[in-house]
Amino acid sequence: MAAHKEKVRAFIIDNFMFGSADGLTDETSFLDEGIIDSTGILELVDFLEQEFGIQIEDEELVPENLDSITNVHTFIENKLSA
Amino acid sequence: MCGIAGIIDFNHHEDMQALLQRMLGFLHHRGPDAGGLYMDHGVGLGHARLSIIDLAGGDQPIHNEDRNVWIVYNGEVFNYPELRQELLTRGHRFYTTTDTEVIVHLYEEMGPALFEKLNGQFAFAIWDARKRHLILGRDRVGIRPLFYVHNGQRLQFASEIKALFADARIQRKLDSQTLSDIFTCWTPVDDRTPFTGVRQVPAGHYAKFSEKGIRITPYWTIPAGDTDPGERPFEDWLEEFKALILDATRIRLRADVPVGAYLSGGIDSTYTSALVKNNFNNRLCTFSVGFSDQRFDESHFQKLALESLQTEHRMTTCAENSIGAIFPDVVWHTETPILRTAPAPLFLLARLVRETNFKVVLTGEGADEIMAGYNIFKEAQVRRFWARNPLSENRPMLLQRLYPYIFAEGSERAKQYLKSFFKKDLEQTDSPIYSHLPRWHNTAQLRHFFSDALRNRTTGSKRFEERFTASLPTDFMQWPALSRAQYIEMRLFLTNYLLSSQGDRMAMAHSVEGRYPFLDYRVIELAFRMPPRYRLFGLTEKHILKTAARGVIPPELIDRPKQPYRAPISSAFVSSAPPDYMADLLSEKRLEESSYFAPRKVHQLRLKARQPNGRALSERENMALVGIISTQLLDDQFIRHFPTEPDHLHKNLKIYHQDTENRLN
Repeated sequence: MAAHKEKVRAFIIDNFMFGSADGLTDETSFLDEGIIDSTGILELVDFLEQEFGIQIEDEELVPENLDSITNVHTFIENKLSA
Repeated sequence: MCGIAGIIDFNHHEDMQALLQRMLGFLHHRGPDAGGLYMDHGVGLGHARLSIIDLAGGDQPIHNEDRNVWIVYNGEVFNYPELRQELLTRGHRFYTTTDTEVIVHLYEEMGPALFEKLNGQFAFAIWDARKRHLILGRDRVGIRPLFYVHNGQRLQFASEIKALFADARIQRKLDSQTLSDIFTCWTPVDDRTPFTGVRQVPAGHYAKFSEKGIRITPYWTIPAGDTDPGERPFEDWLEEFKALILDATRIRLRADVPVGAYLSGGIDSTYTSALVKNNFNNRLCTFSVGFSDQRFDESHFQKLALESLQTEHRMTTCAENSIGAIFPDVVWHTETPILRTAPAPLFLLARLVRETNFKVVLTGEGADEIMAGYNIFKEAQVRRFWARNPLSENRPMLLQRLYPYIFAEGSERAKQYLKSFFKKDLEQTDSPIYSHLPRWHNTAQLRHFFSDALRNRTTGSKRFEERFTASLPTDFMQWPALSRAQYIEMRLFLTNYLLSSQGDRMAMAHSVEGRYPFLDYRVIELAFRMPPRYRLFGLTEKHILKTAARGVIPPELIDRPKQPYRAPISSAFVSSAPPDYMADLLSEKRLEESSYFAPRKVHQLRLKARQPNGRALSERENMALVGIISTQLLDDQFIRHFPTEPDHLHKNLKIYHQDTENRLN
């Protein structure tokens, strides 16, 4: 759902980019661009669990699931439809 | 220990006495005991004195036999008795027993080649009236500060930038490029300062200023490329190291006032304190700072050290709110934006030393740089090891041993992701700046808080990494990888951050002189000459120092995990009772006026820091917060509301006029 994607995007911008998108695209890698630092990933996970009512397993905390808006979006849609 | 200031103007011979006196006034904290001036046509040298050697006869400026070489001098040359003896046999006559006068005569003998003879921590200015030139010299690692502004035929210098700004004609403006550098590598680089047009004599350099202009010349560099081939047995290195550090400590006790010691609870200061106690002074006084926040507190280890040292000890405790409260004073003394609050507790510690009537302390500063104590060195080793097999699951897990506090938060959940975090640029092992890439990349994210205006002013200029790489020695890549990392850390972080913001400035704010046995140049040269594995053995830092310390200090202090020295951040500024300057300093209006940061982002950061049940700010966000607050304070204190007059002026200033001097001859 596009609304989910927008929620993720808004969270990233508010929480890690302090309100300014600064060229963030759906494909921007959080790691490569340094958008999320070493402790930030847990903030993202907390947000996803609370906002979407999902449970994320430790093994799922990998860049393939979490390293861009598109990755996160695909990941949560899969979780929600599972 | 002292403050120096001066003006040389080959064109205009204005009356500079009042200005010089005000310059010295801004350095009053560095030298409250006496003040002196030397005046000639177009030449003025000033000195604010903290008396440590030759209490009665050491007032400056000091001159040679012919009264045509004059010096103002801040610091100590620890091998001065030996140098003095040599000079006496060459026929020089002395009128004081100071180390200052030794430099004057040594200069007469050797000219600017004198630096190779000096073992110490100093910044000085020599006016040679015969040759009509000024020499500005600074010690090998930059323990003592020396700033200047040069404009054509005029040069003004001082121990601190605020003294230069006593001259209202000097521009006061924060330099965009340097701000950008600070928000990348934590400090201004080499001769830069945060202020446009204000330079510093780089560590291990001297400047010569004459009518022909200014020339800066290096006389020493960190000898990181000079590694022994490795034939020599470890035991030999160990004996040499032990003997040198003992001697480095011994000559740092030379003073006509008592010398105390800081005690951090780590191996470095405990070891040198034990050397003093066991060999030279059985009645050593020590000082330490503890934290009310247990995460930062090392009192437990300090107690262990004390039980074994049995020194007379005094301690102060640093609470979060006191960091917030003193922070404007801290920035007034650091004179640079800082990304950590760690200088603040040292400010409190120096205050305690001064209240106890001590003027001089030994500290363990420098050991982490020369003995590879920091995590950044181990991180680089682990990443290199991992890069040889990037698919390995186990190799990156060594990082967990370095950063237990990162990996511990939120259990071990994010392990895999953290691994990816450290994997960035993993395979760039042939980059000269490999060791520092993760830190700089991470810190550079703070620049997202910059305003568009500031960002626009720095676009187009070369990236910091590129400029720094271009400035590295030509044979750099032939050095051992560890030595390369240590060199970078020493050139950037040691000189312009640690020794200034945490060393000289915090101590001198309270008229206290720090002395650093590990930064004796003989110790540094030995450390770099030995095979790197004797500094970092696997992932055990300070291997040779630990071996030397065994049996001398308690084993718990040798085998304890190293705790990075840090102080609380967001809780000091964003709490239920924040410091009263905060609301105004970070208001939208003020941020727009100063125009360094984007008000909306700063607002958002403060909201995040204040979230009632939210996670604490991350390391990087904490750094952003301190960086923003300190930059705003710097802008407020040095640009917008710089005091027109200093708080103190030296009374009974002693003034030497060259005209009168000539008549005396």
